[in-house]
Amino acid sequence: MGRPLTITEKIILDHVNNRAISPGDIVNARVDIALGNDITAPIAIKEFESIGINKVFDREKIALVPDHFVPNKDILSAKQAKILREFAKKYDIKYYFECGEAGIEHALLPEKGIVLPGDLVIGADSHTCTYGALGGFATGVGSTDLAYTLAFGELWLKVPESIKVVFEGKPKKWVSGKDLVLYLIGKIGVEGANYMALEFSGSTFKHLGMSDRFTISNMAIEAGAKSGIFEPDEITEAYVKDRAGRNYTFYKSDDGAEYSRVLNFDSGEINPQVAFPHLPENSMDISEASAKNITIDQSVIGSCTNGRIEDLRIAAQILKGKKIAKYTRLIVLPATPAIYKMAEKEGLIDIFMDAGAVFSTPTCGPCLGGYMGILADGERAISSTNRNFKGRMGDVTSEVYLANPAVCAASAILGKIAGPDDVI
Amino acid sequence: MVFSGKVFKFGDNIDTDAIIPARYLNDSNDENLRIHCMEDADGMFSSRVSEGDCIVAGNNFGCGSSREHAPRAIKACGVSVVIAKSFARIFYRNSFNIGLFILEADTDGINDGDVIEINTDTGEIKNKTENSIIKSKPIPKFMSELVNAGGLIAYAKKKIKGGKA
Repeated sequence: MGRPLTITEKIILDHVNNRAISPGDIVNARVDIALGNDITAPIAIKEFESIGINKVFDREKIALVPDHFVPNKDILSAKQAKILREFAKKYDIKYYFECGEAGIEHALLPEKGIVLPGDLVIGADSHTCTYGALGGFATGVGSTDLAYTLAFGELWLKVPESIKVVFEGKPKKWVSGKDLVLYLIGKIGVEGANYMALEFSGSTFKHLGMSDRFTISNMAIEAGAKSGIFEPDEITEAYVKDRAGRNYTFYKSDDGAEYSRVLNFDSGEINPQVAFPHLPENSMDISEASAKNITIDQSVIGSCTNGRIEDLRIAAQILKGKKIAKYTRLIVLPATPAIYKMAEKEGLIDIFMDAGAVFSTPTCGPCLGGYMGILADGERAISSTNRNFKGRMGDVTSEVYLANPAVCAASAILGKIAGPDDVI
Repeated sequence: MVFSGKVFKFGDNIDTDAIIPARYLNDSNDENLRIHCMEDADGMFSSRVSEGDCIVAGNNFGCGSSREHAPRAIKACGVSVVIAKSFARIFYRNSFNIGLFILEADTDGINDGDVIEINTDTGEIKNKTENSIIKSKPIPKFMSELVNAGGLIAYAKKKIKGGKA
């Protein structure tokens, strides 16, 4: 027996040829799934082609998802999407999704059982860390990393130290994974976990579902983390068992595994959070945020962070039978076509549209200021997305406030930042 | 290698949206990236920067998105080195992967407009304006091999030629 290992170290160790690893080691890791999108893959494909080999490492381990500017927002975006399509055709890539089948990559891949517990996943998108929710090691990389992986099926990685984050107790009403992660980032800062793996655990997660775990892992990068992982359990098993088309492994951290820090939070003390411009670490309780009387021009519900069916259900619960404020826009974007269909079946689309919202096709669009809801100068948005950097959703003088879908829905109704209890 | 250039100084948490806003990510052409580099942090940057100049910043430079367009935009401007107190993880690896020199150092003693000389082999930064010397953090061996090879793809090609891949 060697030293006790964290779940992250165990997964990495099983994907390298080294007999032992320690934090700080640079290793060559075998990759189970490599991911790219319509923004990052075109550069990767160009770099891949410059290597001068004419095959990909494994057509069944590559996912190409056009989701950022698709359906194509303009001619240049169309050209980028075309590069993906041509490459997918040429190499018969198994997981290529044409728009209509495509959704936001980080909601789509788990939904379709493409990423699984115990996997080592690299994606040319920073929110690749989302899959840590399933108990895999998943990390965002760049286009050149993706190019190298497409060719060789492996990639250099630095073994990270881990920070253990424990949330105990039952969360309050309206408190979701989004609030826990915004609260955490508020405590440790946007650089608080730089280069490190965040490992989440605690009794709170028996009270929340997979969608909350995805939201938390998704925003690990907003604390600078390399990954954000949960130990898989019966909730994970229930989610993956009918989706998986191949074997998967549940890893667990050993007793006595080393952590650079252990943080303990009482979830019962945490309220819905709003992160003020221009950093996700500027989070505060909804009561404090709503007391500031901040009017909003737009509310966005969607993205890889909060565009799942559970998010839409909560928003619909708040919006049912109500109208959004005059001169306020509410944009609701389901993260995948399957979520879209569920929303339709459950009558959620009617609720949104009757309230005066736009309900549209899956895309990352407004989250990164791409399209489908761009802000003019001086405008303000509340958003269930993940980043509120300067100019993130549009003009450099616009502002983005981050919150959970319930807060975004309530704020749309009142035309100012407000909590669910203010409208129900 | 030794570089010498004028400093463009930025603060903490310069995110990748500031380095290259997403509205320009529908085109990964170097010239497009060059024109809009640092646009949301300093609208005049791309017209003022010259070949060899340096970007110097505070903590967490390059935080946010994985877009490799960010270090590519900086490289396309002719920036020789980026020096920051710390870098966000993905930006850090992207820079090495594309062959952009970056160094971690205490940047408090370097001001906007200073002229500095950087020796990437010794990690020594000479501030010619202030007449001071700053030591940067050493770079792991593998990573200096990467950047000296010209990036990960050039490194891979070398490996293939050497029959090791």
